[in-house]
Amino acid sequence: MALGLEASLGNTVITTKLDAVINWGRQYSLWPFVFGTACCAIEFMSAAASQHDISRFGAEVVRFSPRQADLLLVCGTISYKQAPILKRIYEQMPLPKWVVAMGACASSGGIYDNYCTVQGIDTIIPVDIYISGCPPRPEAVLDALIKIQEQIRGESVLIDRQHDFKGILD
Amino acid sequence: MNATALEKIKAAFPDAICTTALDSVVVEVQPENLERTLSRLKNDPAFNCGLLVDVTGIDYLQYPTPQKVRFHVVYTLRNWIDNLLIQVRCAVVDPQAGIPTATHLWGSANWGEREVYDQYGIRFNGHPDLRRILNHWQFEGHPLRKDYPIEKGQICYETDPLEDEIRSRLFENGIDETTMKDINTEIMFLNLGPSHPATHGAIRILTALDGETILANVNEIGYLHRGFEKTAETRTYNQIIPLTDRLNYCSSMINNIAYAKAVEAWLGVTITERAKFMRVVLTEFYRVLDHLVCLAAALVDMGGLTNYWYLYNEKEAAYDLISRLTGARLTSSFTRIGGMYRDFYEGWEKDLELQLLGIEKGIGDALKLVETNRIVHDRTQGVCVVSAETALSYGFTGPVLRASGVPYDLRKDAPYYNYESFDFEVPVGTNGDIYDRFMIRFYEMAQSIRIIRQAMQHIPEGPINVKDSQVCLPPKDQVYSNIEGLANHFKLIFEGVKVPAGEWYDAYEAANGELGFHFVSDGSGQPYKLKVRPPCFYTMGGFHKMVEGNMIADAVINLSCINIIGGELDR
Repeated sequence: MALGLEASLGNTVITTKLDAVINWGRQYSLWPFVFGTACCAIEFMSAAASQHDISRFGAEVVRFSPRQADLLLVCGTISYKQAPILKRIYEQMPLPKWVVAMGACASSGGIYDNYCTVQGIDTIIPVDIYISGCPPRPEAVLDALIKIQEQIRGESVLIDRQHDFKGILD
Repeated sequence: MNATALEKIKAAFPDAICTTALDSVVVEVQPENLERTLSRLKNDPAFNCGLLVDVTGIDYLQYPTPQKVRFHVVYTLRNWIDNLLIQVRCAVVDPQAGIPTATHLWGSANWGEREVYDQYGIRFNGHPDLRRILNHWQFEGHPLRKDYPIEKGQICYETDPLEDEIRSRLFENGIDETTMKDINTEIMFLNLGPSHPATHGAIRILTALDGETILANVNEIGYLHRGFEKTAETRTYNQIIPLTDRLNYCSSMINNIAYAKAVEAWLGVTITERAKFMRVVLTEFYRVLDHLVCLAAALVDMGGLTNYWYLYNEKEAAYDLISRLTGARLTSSFTRIGGMYRDFYEGWEKDLELQLLGIEKGIGDALKLVETNRIVHDRTQGVCVVSAETALSYGFTGPVLRASGVPYDLRKDAPYYNYESFDFEVPVGTNGDIYDRFMIRFYEMAQSIRIIRQAMQHIPEGPINVKDSQVCLPPKDQVYSNIEGLANHFKLIFEGVKVPAGEWYDAYEAANGELGFHFVSDGSGQPYKLKVRPPCFYTMGGFHKMVEGNMIADAVINLSCINIIGGELDR
């Protein structure tokens, strides 16, 4: 028994584009996998906690299995020792998937320009959105989430976005 | 105290060269005497150095005053009862030939020496498991050697299987091949991490299981090794403060303060009374925050999500307070060598008191749920017990050591910043189980709040920075209006605070335990070497002693109650 808007539609047929309807669904039900390694992960905890409440944007179902997630949030520094693990996690996520590099370290190595720190995770996996800050405020995480949602709206389900990516570990 | 300690040690080791540096006595020994010296310092009741605080190496390749031998190894020992700090230095002529190990004397030497081997390539003969610890296994060379270029990264393609290590650990625990192959006692290997919700960051805990019981455990760290020590060698003393924020990022200001205190101690700078009180207030406030995050996460791991909201919401509110004071939520960078960045703002006292009341309410709400909760008791009491002896041997400090019944706390045993005049207690556990480690943090928060209230009552008015143009920046009106002020500002920013040549170790009671800094200065504005003694590195080094024989689910909550912070663990 339909109670909302759909009740007044009766048996009407609605025509729309596949892209529009699928992207609409994907946009508002992102399931994040938090690859938290350092300080940024603490700020993600704040983004998820009561005050900022990430569930207002439909992304509160934090998964700790990459197989159940479609949004990879890399929160923190990635060292060369960590890099193969990050790549494996990314590969284990089913398509379609999106990646957010949270904070200066994940985006570019940040203040750690040295022998052990990967200078930006985009040398390992493709990244969709970068968040600046060291660490970024929780609002910035929400901002990135909205940006990902906008990006999804413009995508086509028929195009494999990251087909040609080659990183240093490939 | 220092002079008598020096006399005592001089009398005991007539062949060695003994000097003092700050509170510590430095004993320079020949490699052939190293083992004898260390074992006497540990076993002789006159010295009784039960705690091996840290092991580090030094590379003198580019030191301005040439040294006869390029490499040195320094063992830092502590007798916490008599407040005796001893550093044993030993020259290493050939790093390949190495020096004898100290692993048979202290458990903490195991990881400490592994780190020296990893970073400097100095071998320790007789070490049971000498392999890399912070850098990955495919790494070539030793990054803290002065001839290793800082920017030379090395790619790791695969993770270390750790199969040999877990098998030798099984063998050590008396599990032989036949038991392992028997269908009834077949062993399962299970990894927790490096990416696992229970590891709170990146640590790898490899266990060998019989059913759900852990027979053997091997841990792999270094996933968040960010080269703090190498980076610090290329920064001025004040530029390192933001790096210290990112050690234990749950209590960043304690690191700032501990670091500034260590530099000031060698400079001979006494900060103003107001700055001392500010540092006490902020240290204790951050200790509360650190414990809040630890307990919130730990109770989630145990299944109590409600506690997370009670505790974490207060932490979140405290962030707002901190960002009003420092301009940042997490990474405060609030100290400067010689004082503080800013004074408290107008109305801070009221805001702080409101926040303390909020925290007390949060703690009270959470305690009501857990204190007499049967499930919590059953899961934590008598589980993952670690004796005082083992805890000391593995170099545990802070709440984890005190939970095992050792009342060692630098605020009482070697007080600084007027801690001796505050009225507070050091909670001590009785059994050394998970329950004690949990509850001690709850009690410590209450004590810290007590200290904050006393300090806010007695905090004097006055300047927050020392009036010394060699240490602190001049006031801005002088920089903009006269050439002396401008030149002073320029020199301090570009060249840094000039710290006299020498070596010293200074420690601070951080939220997780003894946070120490070992410096080597060549007299310039940048440290020649800076080694951090992170409390949770050594706690993690004894993790297998806590969990072996317990269930796999206990290992998860044990990890959360010892509060491992990646930034500090791997630096």
